[in-house]
Amino acid sequence: MPISQIILELFEGLLVSVQIFAITLLFSLPLGLVVALGRMSKNSTISGITKVYISIMRGTPLMLQLFVVYYGPYYLFNIKLNPTYRNMAVYIGFVINYAAYFAEIYRSGIQSMPVGQYEAAEILGYNKVQTFFSIIMPQVIKRILPSVTNEVITLVKDTSLAFSISVMEMFTKAKALSSSQTSMTPLIVAGVFYYVFNFIVAYLMDKAEKKLDYYK
Amino acid sequence: MNLLEMKNVKKSFGDLQVLRDISLEVGDGEIVSIIGPSGSGKSTLLRCATLLENMDAGMLKYEDEVVAKNDPDGKAVYADRKTIKKVKSAYGLVFQQFNLFPHWNVLRNVTDAVINVQKKSRAEAEKIGKELLDKMGLIDKAEYYPYQLSGGQQQRVAIARALALNPKVLFFDEPTSALDPELTGEVLKVIKSLKELHIAMVIVTHEMAFARDISDKVIFMADGVIVEQGSAEEVFNSENERMKLFLGRYKDIL
Repeated sequence: MPISQIILELFEGLLVSVQIFAITLLFSLPLGLVVALGRMSKNSTISGITKVYISIMRGTPLMLQLFVVYYGPYYLFNIKLNPTYRNMAVYIGFVINYAAYFAEIYRSGIQSMPVGQYEAAEILGYNKVQTFFSIIMPQVIKRILPSVTNEVITLVKDTSLAFSISVMEMFTKAKALSSSQTSMTPLIVAGVFYYVFNFIVAYLMDKAEKKLDYYK
Repeated sequence: MNLLEMKNVKKSFGDLQVLRDISLEVGDGEIVSIIGPSGSGKSTLLRCATLLENMDAGMLKYEDEVVAKNDPDGKAVYADRKTIKKVKSAYGLVFQQFNLFPHWNVLRNVTDAVINVQKKSRAEAEKIGKELLDKMGLIDKAEYYPYQLSGGQQQRVAIARALALNPKVLFFDEPTSALDPELTGEVLKVIKSLKELHIAMVIVTHEMAFARDISDKVIFMADGVIVEQGSAEEVFNSENERMKLFLGRYKDIL
């Protein structure tokens, strides 16, 4: 198989990887904030549940979580799902896993805010929602951006775990091509694609950090 | 009618009784300084007056709105949210650490609450903001961010931010304690210049000469009680032992 064919096939896989990446971020970033607020809730039931959730998500392998999401409905509840559920299972698995990590990042950022910011907002008459979204969160985002970048870069590489439930993303394709062609080339090409993908991600995150450099 | 009235205020943090039995009145346009050693409860008193802390017992009233009063068991019970929201618009507070919002420029720091809390138009808010910044000598810094300003300038922005909401009484919690002597001077000068606005001011301060010059009334607190109060002259010339002990090292420079 000519290398151009390999590149073309892997590029198709890359599009699936990018899709997993984008959908995961799109849903896990807001969900993570909700989880973080639950974790910090004064209601001990809510904070207890979110604490256990975060602990499980961080304490077990993502690959295992993907299995549970994909096979769970059948083994646990005898629900037969269409094979196209594969993609959905990957999205769900990634979103609930990454939301847990993002939640802890949000929490660390929110808790690092000086109490004086809240007090000044309260004295000036801002309500709680205004205080959170226009005074606290913008500053939190600046503080947590480096940690978020780390997580996002890990996510690029983690998309390859979708291989475990046979979603046709780039790594799955590379592995299949490598076997059928008995060649390392597909794996090397995939490696280059992952690297370039992350290079772009790192570049964009760096841009974002610089953009927030206008204040200290 | 008094603008602010606090009666028999008590507040403890755990076993530590910080305010033992404090009563305080502030009249319209009156300037009251609260002095006393560190740990005497001055800041806590201010935080109770501004509702950043809830008092354990006592009465708190702004004009004719009762914010808190004792129940039959002698525990302070606070009014409903609506009343509290209403009285909150009556006062402002200038913090020791300024607490400006670092992600907003100076003008937005001053105008944002005017727009988003008081719901005035942007044009009107900016007019108010620019006038105040001009008054503070900071009009050329309107587009700067707080980190680009000196401590004294930041505190002047914080004063402008409080004034923009047009409070009837403005509290100052050791407004110059985070500043070096040079910057202290410029902030005190600004506070003095506010006298002409005829808004009431309650100032917790360690600047004795300033307190003496500006105040209609001086309150000396120690160990959670008011030891002495009266005109600046009365208090600074008090024969009270605790007062004399406290003023000891200031006496020469006063």
